[in-house]
Amino acid sequence: MEFLESIFILPFLDIADSPIFFLEVVISGVLAGVMYSLVALGFVLIFKASGVFNFAQGAMVLFAALTLVGLMEQGVPVFFAILITMAVMVLLAILIEKMMLRHLVNQEGIILFMATIGLNFILEGVGQIAWGSDVKKLDIGLPDKTFEYGGMLLNTLDLSAALIAAIMVTVLALFFQYTGTGRALRAVADDHQAAMSVGIPLKSIWIIVWSVAGFVALVAGILWGTKAGVQFSLVLIALKALPVLILGGFTSIPGAIIGGLIIGVGEKVVEVYWGPAFGGAIEGWFAYMLALAFLMFRPQGLFGEKIIERV
Amino acid sequence: MATQHTTEEVLLDVKGISLSFGGVKALSNISFDVRKGEIRAIIGPNGAGKSSMLNCINGFYHPQEGEITFKGETRKQMQTHKAAEQGIARTFQNIALFSGMSTLDNIMTGRNLKMKANVFWQALHLGPARREEVEHREVAERVIDFLEIEQIRKTPVGRLPYGLQKRVELGRALAAEPDLLLLDEPMAGMNHEEKEDMCRYILDVNDQLGTTIVLIEHDMSVVMDISDRVVVLDYGRMLADGTPDVVRKNQDVINAYLGVTHE
Amino acid sequence: MFYREAGQFKTTYKADQGIFPIIQDRWFIAIMLVISLVVIPYFANEYWFQAVIIPLYIYAIAAIGLNILTGYAGQVSLGTGAFMAIGAYATYKLCTAFPDLNILIVFVMSGLFSAGVGIIFGIPSLRIKGFYLAVATLAAQFFILWLFNKVGWFYNNNPSGTITAPPREVLGIMITGPNALAITRYYVVLSFLVVFALAAKNIVRGRIGRSWMAIRDMDIAAEIIGIEPLKTKLMAFAISSFYCGVAGALYIFCWLGSAETEAFDINLSFLILFMIIVGGLGSIMGSIMGAAFITLLPIFLTNFPPMIGIQIASDLAKHLEEIIFGVLIVFFLIVEPHGLARLWQIVKEKLRQWPFPY
Repeated sequence: MEFLESIFILPFLDIADSPIFFLEVVISGVLAGVMYSLVALGFVLIFKASGVFNFAQGAMVLFAALTLVGLMEQGVPVFFAILITMAVMVLLAILIEKMMLRHLVNQEGIILFMATIGLNFILEGVGQIAWGSDVKKLDIGLPDKTFEYGGMLLNTLDLSAALIAAIMVTVLALFFQYTGTGRALRAVADDHQAAMSVGIPLKSIWIIVWSVAGFVALVAGILWGTKAGVQFSLVLIALKALPVLILGGFTSIPGAIIGGLIIGVGEKVVEVYWGPAFGGAIEGWFAYMLALAFLMFRPQGLFGEKIIERV
Repeated sequence: MATQHTTEEVLLDVKGISLSFGGVKALSNISFDVRKGEIRAIIGPNGAGKSSMLNCINGFYHPQEGEITFKGETRKQMQTHKAAEQGIARTFQNIALFSGMSTLDNIMTGRNLKMKANVFWQALHLGPARREEVEHREVAERVIDFLEIEQIRKTPVGRLPYGLQKRVELGRALAAEPDLLLLDEPMAGMNHEEKEDMCRYILDVNDQLGTTIVLIEHDMSVVMDISDRVVVLDYGRMLADGTPDVVRKNQDVINAYLGVTHE
Repeated sequence: MFYREAGQFKTTYKADQGIFPIIQDRWFIAIMLVISLVVIPYFANEYWFQAVIIPLYIYAIAAIGLNILTGYAGQVSLGTGAFMAIGAYATYKLCTAFPDLNILIVFVMSGLFSAGVGIIFGIPSLRIKGFYLAVATLAAQFFILWLFNKVGWFYNNNPSGTITAPPREVLGIMITGPNALAITRYYVVLSFLVVFALAAKNIVRGRIGRSWMAIRDMDIAAEIIGIEPLKTKLMAFAISSFYCGVAGALYIFCWLGSAETEAFDINLSFLILFMIIVGGLGSIMGSIMGAAFITLLPIFLTNFPPMIGIQIASDLAKHLEEIIFGVLIVFFLIVEPHGLARLWQIVKEKLRQWPFPY
């Protein structure tokens, strides 16, 4: 009885009781959600443009962040460190294309997916051997101050993160929709062989895409890393991005944003208000259950393309 | 011409079928019947809606209007499982074989509906499961014999050349011992010899087993040669319905499609 | 030349459908059985049993389970760890509730529990395919482990949060618990493996196996010829989870002795997935080979460098292991997507002609 009460009544009372706190929770959810979106964006890019579900996106985030921190620890100034890391990510993209993607052209999606799981492990291992596996602090000079606004506690870092992410997402969305390269990328996502047969250079396209995804990973790495320190668990973010992708659809950039926001806010609100009823730590699975429920009613996500099966 | 087994009894009756996908109207008010034992051809230019018609018959597409009567039972929409249970089998325009399995296994899947042994007997591979396997293997082997594909029975179908794959697909449909066989362009992409073989099989199936056949085909000489009656579709509408001779002379059909009459 | 089938004619379908119709295969299996029943126990010591062989067999059972779901039926699953956990925790609770029930029966019953949950999480598979389904299984993975963590009833409110295998005996011999000898546990696990592998092989080459593969290869066509997708998929989930559940029970009761939910986390799911990728999707033999390969690899990696005089710090070794795993996965997927099982077949085919390749 008490349990039922704590699910159906208390949380709403709590919310009504202190709407400002609720707003604060929502905002922190939005900010977390923006971060999720950023990682999900990397997935969407690669999936949209090469049909590959890149499980290693999380490892790429970690790898990028580790490289950046490693360079900065060596005394390289921030600006150059970022540039060098970006170059490293491009190099990584080239290597991935050369050693892996090229050989798996037109294999089924599941095979490519599993290959990226393998890639995930490789990146984790290499990153940790190269730069060590303890938690590292990342500070590139983004302001990190907490201040009060309208009775709520806000943080400049979170806000800057949101802003940066929002800008990136917009730019990328526009890029895909309105440029020739964007069109080519979409063609490749649809059908590798068909794209090749109309002269689209698969190799360059893939390198471009994975580099852009690498860049997104770097930004995500910087933002997450500044907030929480650069550590192994960044890889698990990849897993968190999955429900985001489900909600938003695997091929939609706006979907990644909205999905991220929904998951971010949903998780925070549920954890704060309903968590105690369940003993806490609901965040671990809530997103997946939400995604699952969603899938039952709309398998293609909010914005994904509806799949028409033909025989 | 295959005439020996045609009866007057109607096996399949299609009335007023209309089918749309979003804004596209694939079929408009199509009606025709298929008599038991006959070979009925559906012809028409590409995009005429022939495959969609077949898909409606075996329940893969659900028409918005019209009804289908099969073996006396009338429904607005067929369900694929019911269709299979009631004895409708088909082949597909773009081969739909199970590429990971061998020819024999593919053909055995055609027997799936008739095999009932539960999972425990299967796990032990004794008793009813074992008897069933042997029993249905015999049926499959007869089909393999008939189609002359003994030497590839253990080959994974993904490795077979196109013509043989089409034959295996026919085998899978035949294995179900259907009353109504729907063939979607069974001879597409085949050379002359392969086509002759396929014709022979189709005629034999109709002749020896009395199976009613509905056949989509582009090759006019084949259609004129082996079918009892023909339905002509164009842009989802019916243009003509009758024996090959009648259809061949129909002006609408000539205008839409034939251009030159075939002898 | 050694592997020719010429001259081995089968005169009945029954004979042709035998599980190992080629004599050389039968010899191979016979030899493997002799090795595992006699040779290994004779030579192996406690360390090898505990560190290598027993877990290998247990992983093999789980791998067969996952292969049924992912390799044969084409349903991607990342929830293997959770299903193994269900088996383990179910066994624990059944032991508590029915202390006199024969432990072997308890193992089977916990497999059934796991199968039941598997069916529930398999229901989405009718609407959801591919990666989306993987996410559904992830939901299972995270939710189930959270449940076992949070709800004290599952671990009898033990303050440490672990479950421990109580001692149980069969026919007077200790099978679980601290006094169970390694060799006893070895035979128990081996028996389960042999029986389960045999059953799996029988199922996959019959009607059910064919319907799985049909759904995997082209589910629309399968549906059209009368194979019911939901029933077929749920059957795959059920049997797969059954195997994983029993494997999970053996994992705790015949190997680790006790554990927390971490033992069943997502890394375990990935581990088993790697085993079936490397071993070969859609192959029972491959599942076992993959399990062997992945289990022996770390041992090889830790023991080999010292043998040639190189010392590697254990930290570094772990990372190197990760990298090698990853490289192997990618390597296998590129070179031989059908894994070790296919490589084995190729070897056999070459043996048909050796030493006369022309």
